[in-house]
Amino acid sequence: MFLQEVTGVAHPLTATAARWMWALPLLPLLGFVLNGALSIFSAYHAGPADPGAPEAHGSHDVTGGGHDDHHHVAVRHRFATLTSIIGPGVMVLAFGLAVAIFMAMQRAGPELRTPFIQRYYEWMPVGDLHIDAAFQLDQLSMVMILVITGVGMLIHIFSVGYMQDDPGYPRYFSYLNLFVAFMLVLVMGASYPVMFVGWEGVGLCSYLLIGFWYLDKANADAGKKAFIMNRIGDFGFLVAMFMLWANIGTLEFDGVRGQATALGSNVVTWICLFFFLGCTGKSAQIPLYTWLPDAMAGPTPVSALIHAATMVTAGVYLIARSNFLFALSPTASLTVVVIGALTAIFAASIGLKQWDIKKVLAYSTVSQLGYMFVGVGAGAYVSGVFHLVTHAFFKALLFLGSGSVIFAMHRAYHATHNEDDAQDMRNMGGLRRYMPWTFVLMFVATLAIAGIFPFAGFFSKDEILGTLFIRARGSTLADANWLGIPGGIVLYACYALGLAAAFMTAVYMMRMLIYVFFGPNRSGERERDFLGEAPWIMTAPLIVLGVLSTVGGWLNLPESIKLGRIGLLDRWLEPVVGESTLRITHGAVPKVNLPLEYVLIGVALAIAVAGIIVAWIVLKPADLVPKREAKPEEGFERVLANKYYVDEIYDDTVVRPTVAVSRDLLWQGIDEGLIDTTLVNGIGGSKGIARIVGKIGSLLQSGQVGTYAWVLIVGVLFVLGAFTIR
Amino acid sequence: MLAESLFFSAVLFTIGVVGVLTRRNAIIVFMCVELMLNAVNLTFVAFSQVYGVGGQVFVFFVMTVAAAEAAVGLAIIIALFRHRQTVNLQNVNLLKG
Amino acid sequence: MSSFLFWIFASLMLIFGAAVIINRNPVASALSLVVSFLGLAALFMSLDAFFIGIIQVLVYAGAIMVVFLFVIMLLNLGHPSEIADARGRGWKLVAGAVGIALLAQIFALTRAHVTPRIEPGYLARQIEYTGVVAPVAGPLFKEYLLAFEVTSVLLLAAIVGAVVLGGRRAPTDAG
Repeated sequence: MFLQEVTGVAHPLTATAARWMWALPLLPLLGFVLNGALSIFSAYHAGPADPGAPEAHGSHDVTGGGHDDHHHVAVRHRFATLTSIIGPGVMVLAFGLAVAIFMAMQRAGPELRTPFIQRYYEWMPVGDLHIDAAFQLDQLSMVMILVITGVGMLIHIFSVGYMQDDPGYPRYFSYLNLFVAFMLVLVMGASYPVMFVGWEGVGLCSYLLIGFWYLDKANADAGKKAFIMNRIGDFGFLVAMFMLWANIGTLEFDGVRGQATALGSNVVTWICLFFFLGCTGKSAQIPLYTWLPDAMAGPTPVSALIHAATMVTAGVYLIARSNFLFALSPTASLTVVVIGALTAIFAASIGLKQWDIKKVLAYSTVSQLGYMFVGVGAGAYVSGVFHLVTHAFFKALLFLGSGSVIFAMHRAYHATHNEDDAQDMRNMGGLRRYMPWTFVLMFVATLAIAGIFPFAGFFSKDEILGTLFIRARGSTLADANWLGIPGGIVLYACYALGLAAAFMTAVYMMRMLIYVFFGPNRSGERERDFLGEAPWIMTAPLIVLGVLSTVGGWLNLPESIKLGRIGLLDRWLEPVVGESTLRITHGAVPKVNLPLEYVLIGVALAIAVAGIIVAWIVLKPADLVPKREAKPEEGFERVLANKYYVDEIYDDTVVRPTVAVSRDLLWQGIDEGLIDTTLVNGIGGSKGIARIVGKIGSLLQSGQVGTYAWVLIVGVLFVLGAFTIR
Repeated sequence: MLAESLFFSAVLFTIGVVGVLTRRNAIIVFMCVELMLNAVNLTFVAFSQVYGVGGQVFVFFVMTVAAAEAAVGLAIIIALFRHRQTVNLQNVNLLKG
Repeated sequence: MSSFLFWIFASLMLIFGAAVIINRNPVASALSLVVSFLGLAALFMSLDAFFIGIIQVLVYAGAIMVVFLFVIMLLNLGHPSEIADARGRGWKLVAGAVGIALLAQIFALTRAHVTPRIEPGYLARQIEYTGVVAPVAGPLFKEYLLAFEVTSVLLLAAIVGAVVLGGRRAPTDAG
């Protein structure tokens, strides 16, 4: 089955657990198939006692497409137990395998300098193009695999509790499993096309899961929006692949890495920019970020997994994987940094005025992704990946925690048949008395994301900003020009933007914490009796994530804070990104300037603490009123609350003209007017040429022998005539 | 001799063709077909003077087949007449359309 | 002399051949055809194809045309029909033009030089030697034996076909 296990010399990982790496995406895929079968089977054979059957509670929603609301009796799905075993089960198995492979890689130690590639079959042998279906295992993909399977496993377990009453229970898990399978293909692909398969696949699963409760049109629209904006980015990815192929002739990571220096600097820049276009789509950066807040229409665990921990980080992974290309193009790298920084502050400012708890987290995600791109754009690939990992921990924790909150609010509103919005912070308040565990864990996550020592976010965010500052002082990026501005100035400006965004992050996250957990409760007199902690199956994963958010920083301690072994992640990822990093720093390993380091750390910490204090002092939860009584916003606050009207701008400038052109010009004008009338009707219609020719032709079929004799003789004349003339 | 025979054969054949094109009585048309066959026979016999007796043998076969064809064809015409009470080819148009 | 007779009989053949297609009475057409066949037989004789000539008279004029006449009489078609039996004048002109075109093309195409394979009087000498039947019968039963046998099967098929098609149908037929 395997064409070729290893390139050239025997790889240290050949005889280890790593040879089972193909099982990593296959396990979730199996889960998808099995859960999907359960879903289809149950939809087909829905009996009267099934949830979703018409007699049960009057909704014709057998597949679980409607949101679990008011009139619905909490009946579990027929196959709930089986699905609960299969869905999270395959994730546990996959995570176990991932850990085993990781340990094998640990044992191989420093000899592991090349990726371990398994080729399965020749996928596209077309002329000079040879693309194999191949997976590759190296330190970078291992990090991603652990995050995906680990955090994914926790979220699957959480979902068992969160989605327990949903009629579409098996469908949910099948989609979730499929997503994990595709995401693993994305990070394990050995070439850009294989990665693209995973890239597209996660986009598909994102669409399926955002529009999970599809009977509500708004949800389906959100799913469509996500998918379409992703596709715009995919166009960039494709063009970059085409350019790579045209200039180098290979699309495998190994091959491109070897020949990257052969590319002209212009070509490399354009390739990188097109790849970055793909990243802006997938990872929700300016200008293609607007789908992410809308994606909150999906179930909360989906938001946690896809739109916080994994899918949106695919863009960061892409740049980290293509480090050899981006290091060769300072212009493209600077572009990445600028857009990342702008997105960070832009989204953070919007987050300051959002009332839906999930929307706050969504904009927070966009902002933190901006940080990651600043990291990988500045050539701090390790920092970007580090922030990716820690962000997965605390953002998943935040989303799942909010999921617990929403779960409790829903339960309360169900019991009292209240129609209010269960996700609006103005309807919450003082929940720390009712949900102590969730409160503590959310508090931990907030400190982590704000960047408070010693939580995980402090180390990763500080490292990005610190490295950015150092790059500004001396690197190929600082030497280059970005749209005429010297690179150094650009980098310093982005550093300032990063600090400002950090301040805002601290403020809005604290704001969320204050409005939800502190102050008086605004949910209502009767609802209060039903507010309580979520079941343990939901809280347990939160605890694990909380621990990880606390100790995650130890993955890559800087030299200035020697609380343990320093630079673990640095050393781990060095074989993958070391060369490119050196290229950016002019070949010099940057010496650690301890005083400067302490200053930078101090500044970042001070900003974060300042943000928290400001939020605590300025924001008064007692002044809030429930959503239904709230006044509309005014002035600049209104602009922020309406997200700078970006969606509306897009609608007017892009969507409406496209629809108008499609409908009026192309459809009615050309299709119906021109083509239908002249060609279709003119040829085949009732007055068409085909009719006329047919009528003439039918004269030949008179059924009369005499006519046929005539035709025969005249034909003979023609044949003989041909001979005569010749 | 050869050239004249061929000339007459060609003219006879053409007469037969014109007859097929012009007449509507099935039996007359049939007779014109026989004319054409005979014209061809004349050609064969004329060439047998130059190429050997094979031409005459062929004429023998042509006559045999013509006889068989005449028999069957007239039987068909009789059957047609019984069905339609006419041998006018214009009325034999069930295949029209 | 023989050339003169050749032309006489050839003209006879053509004139009565034309009469076949011109006559309105089917019986007259049939009888014209008989005379035409007789003329043709004479032509065969003058081309040293004696056997074929006799067979022409016996088979064509004597058997085939008799069948024609039987059928004409059987179907009571002996009277010239009042309804137009031929196409209109325009059609006839076009048919004539087609005929002339066909004739012209045949003339144009048959211009090749013929290389004789046997001497001019070979057949006549052979007939003097063996009689009129032998030159035809020899090849017929030697080289063309298979065709001969197949033709006999063909005749059988024709007989069966004629009997089946021409026989009186059961009374259930629409008729």
